[in-house]
Amino acid sequence: MELTVWTYEGPPHVGAIRVANSMRDIHFVLHAPQGDTYADLLFTMIERNKKRPPVTYTTFQARDLSGDTAEIFKTAARDAVARFKPQALLVGASCTAELIQDDPGGLAKTLGLNVPVVPLEMPSYQKKENWGAAETFYRLVRAFAGGAGKPETAPEQASCNILGPTSLGFRNRDDIVEVVRLVESLGIRINTVAPLGASPADLARIPEAHFNIVLYPEIADTTARWLKRQFGQEMVTTVPIGVGATRDFVTDVARVAGVAVPSELFETGAERLSWYSASIDSNYLTGKRVFVFGDATHAIAAARIASEELGFKVCGLGTYSREFARDVREAAAKYGVEPLISDNHLDVEDAIIAAQPELVLGTQMERHAAKRLRLPCAVISSPVHVQDFPARYSPQMGFEGANVIFDSWVHPLMMGLEEHLLQMFRGDFEFHDEAGSSHLSHGGPAAAHQPGTESEQSVAAEAPAPEAATANTAANDDRPAWTSDAERELRKIPFFVRGKARRNTESYAAENGLNPITIETLYDAKAHFGR
Amino acid sequence: MTTVFDASSACTDIAARPAREVLKQRGQHEVFCGLTSIMWLHRKMQDAFFLIVGSRTCAHLMQSAAGVMIFAEPRFATAIIDERDLAGMADMNDELDKVVTRLLARRPEIRLLVLVGSCPSEVIKLDLPRAASRLNGEHSPACRVMAYSGSGIETTFTQGEDNFLAALVPDMPAESADAPASLVVVGALGDVVEDQMMRVFDGLGIGPVRFLPSRSSTTLPAVGPSTRFILAQPWVGACAQALERRGAKRISAPFPLGEEGSTAWYRAIADSFGVPEAKFDAITAPGRERARRAVARYRPVLEGKSVFLFPDSQLEPSLARFLSREMDTSIVEVGTPYLNRDVVGPELALLPETVRVSEGQDVERQIDRVHTDNPDLIICGMGLGNPFEAEGRSTKWSIEFVFTPLQGYEQAGDLAELIARPLMRRALLKVGS
Ligand code: SF4
Ligand code: SF4
Repeated sequence: MELTVWTYEGPPHVGAIRVANSMRDIHFVLHAPQGDTYADLLFTMIERNKKRPPVTYTTFQARDLSGDTAEIFKTAARDAVARFKPQALLVGASCTAELIQDDPGGLAKTLGLNVPVVPLEMPSYQKKENWGAAETFYRLVRAFAGGAGKPETAPEQASCNILGPTSLGFRNRDDIVEVVRLVESLGIRINTVAPLGASPADLARIPEAHFNIVLYPEIADTTARWLKRQFGQEMVTTVPIGVGATRDFVTDVARVAGVAVPSELFETGAERLSWYSASIDSNYLTGKRVFVFGDATHAIAAARIASEELGFKVCGLGTYSREFARDVREAAAKYGVEPLISDNHLDVEDAIIAAQPELVLGTQMERHAAKRLRLPCAVISSPVHVQDFPARYSPQMGFEGANVIFDSWVHPLMMGLEEHLLQMFRGDFEFHDEAGSSHLSHGGPAAAHQPGTESEQSVAAEAPAPEAATANTAANDDRPAWTSDAERELRKIPFFVRGKARRNTESYAAENGLNPITIETLYDAKAHFGR
Repeated sequence: MTTVFDASSACTDIAARPAREVLKQRGQHEVFCGLTSIMWLHRKMQDAFFLIVGSRTCAHLMQSAAGVMIFAEPRFATAIIDERDLAGMADMNDELDKVVTRLLARRPEIRLLVLVGSCPSEVIKLDLPRAASRLNGEHSPACRVMAYSGSGIETTFTQGEDNFLAALVPDMPAESADAPASLVVVGALGDVVEDQMMRVFDGLGIGPVRFLPSRSSTTLPAVGPSTRFILAQPWVGACAQALERRGAKRISAPFPLGEEGSTAWYRAIADSFGVPEAKFDAITAPGRERARRAVARYRPVLEGKSVFLFPDSQLEPSLARFLSREMDTSIVEVGTPYLNRDVVGPELALLPETVRVSEGQDVERQIDRVHTDNPDLIICGMGLGNPFEAEGRSTKWSIEFVFTPLQGYEQAGDLAELIARPLMRRALLKVGS
């Protein structure tokens, strides 16, 4: 039994629904109680889908448990096929139905439905959402492509499948556009994209391609490995997030496809990250400490971009995807940080506090943690929320993806800088002292100047309730006191290094038994730490 | 899927009325389970912690329905049952004890720990009331421990609150039989609404008045034969029965939504406490007048429009009554997850005979009816809203009626505005579906 407040992943059947909702002409009959229908709003509200996901929930009740639940399932399956006329029916059980052991697959078989039925086994008390999505995709591909022998592939043109993009995936909607464009620019034919937008018939054509591109290993790795064993299809597993990774991706795809990379591909001018990063105004980005957390794919990619393309210092790297912990461990070793493999958001928050980052790249969960800690943050990975489906085109992959990433990571830092300028000029008459700053602070200046806390910027307006304050105050015990002179001096230090100056000074004071902290201590510590 | 026209369901207290047919279809329900009530219960009772004993699904539901993760550690959490527990490799009660001990060590300010049963805990017959009494022995008086069920196989959405309140009733202190008459208002309300109501009660000379749930677990109202109670929310029927078992007398009324509902609600209380008519009028007149004025602003938007209500919180009959009588809308269908005739009889009595009342749900066939009826506004849950909007229909999320303070005179205008907003918005937009 494990205590959980917020979770990075839902149960495995939510992964199955994501795959069903990605595809065309599929319907999923899920044996589940009524409350589980909340999953619909993930799609209609968060992803703003115009249709309900193709799922029928049996919504059995306690009074049905005496023996009618199997009958309810059969009725629901029969009605769903009649009403929605899918090309294939997925059947499965949620956590509660798993316990009553009705065997949806077996029941569906007895119905003599006129569509193929793909039964799913979703061990709800063991696995999670991404596993559920990967397993569902694998079962579907096996069911529809499995019968095929190794087909004759069209010899005249290299062709590939792009596997992994899924409903509710982080920026998958736009990534796929970007990647298709990139691959086609190499003269390679796209045979299928799946699961997003594919029908069961499309899955049946998967073996016709020469090779597979695994865009999101969390979803497509199992399937691609099976396809390799079964049909000898090569897999390209480089994920094209960032400039370097996109170049590697192009190189890998070209090699596997046996085509040449058109020389102008890298010089079209469409990619701006490298130039923006090199331009002098980006100098201030150098060595910014960045904490990275997300699914394995996005976390590993983000760490590489941060380190190799923006000149940040990776001060923390982690993932909640235990299935891919090994890859994240390897990456962490490269940056000399302790890998954090955890699905407990409180552990992640503690790790963020300990790493003292200046920028957090994470999920919505870390965004909230960062807000509480008043750190700039950009979201790089699922779990997603409604703002991760922006109206504008904003891929993460390919060269345009790199541009988007530059903007969305540097913007929060720049907002911070603007803040700094505002603070610098606040002695000027235009800026009376209580004038709040625009960024991170809609709460007014009331809480702005409490000595002994990091609240130079006013309290974030989104966290008014008592619970929200605990994260910050907890760390304040046993701190040495500051003289008011020292406190005033500290305020003259630009805010974006002020937190660090405070921490460094305090640890220096603690180590040397100095209390209270004077201006002297502040500058001794500065000399000691060299910044 | 079965359809039953239940003609035996005449509102019990209005015997003269002809029986109203209630449409009952059995199919997919598209509603939350009772766990979702924790969303407002944990905000209302600030020293209570709600520990769901359930699955990852339950935790994910809470997170998805909440839409708010700004609190690192809110006052609810899920103890997720895993395969070790199910395989008997770990004793589930020991595991639960460990989780509770750790939790209370981390949150020493908690005075009431509530174990909330889920579908999985019920299917495996984990006896949470028993676990609660065991844990209570260990942790009280520092922290009391109790249990109720919010499972989806037993409860729909707001019924979770009903079960919680009903489970609190045995712990309410006893009021002596010769105590002067007191009033308990039952069903969670916004603090602002409670404060406004208190001012009206003070004006009417009614008191003491207490609310259930109370803002703290240590200030539960006393109950006894001289206690009278009135429901402020339609979903607290089981709690009402529990109060009656402790001797309290129920005051029956429509619910305090809109000017008419609020007046009828206050009047039922005033009558029960023998408040003179003139005094009642004097005290309520300003509020009534303000409510009428506030509501009138939105009547032009809603007047003559047709409205279809999907089942959600059990507030639907009251909303329909408000819309029909104060906003002059025509109600096509009022769905409710559960029709407690004892409780909503007075509301149904005020609805025109032409209104289709449905209980329970077959969501597919209900959507078919929307397509046939083509209403001007659909009040429905979050899973259905956008798909309807994409068809060019106007919708209002029903969940907001539960989360927004809407009761009483001062909120009557807010209620009208909330319902009128989607129509006003659609009129504004020159783009869209
Ligand atoms: S319906 Fe049951 S299993 Fe689903 S979230 Fe609610 S209590 Fe948990
Ligand atoms: S608070 Fe933010 S992340 Fe959390 S649910 Fe709301 S929008 Fe999503």
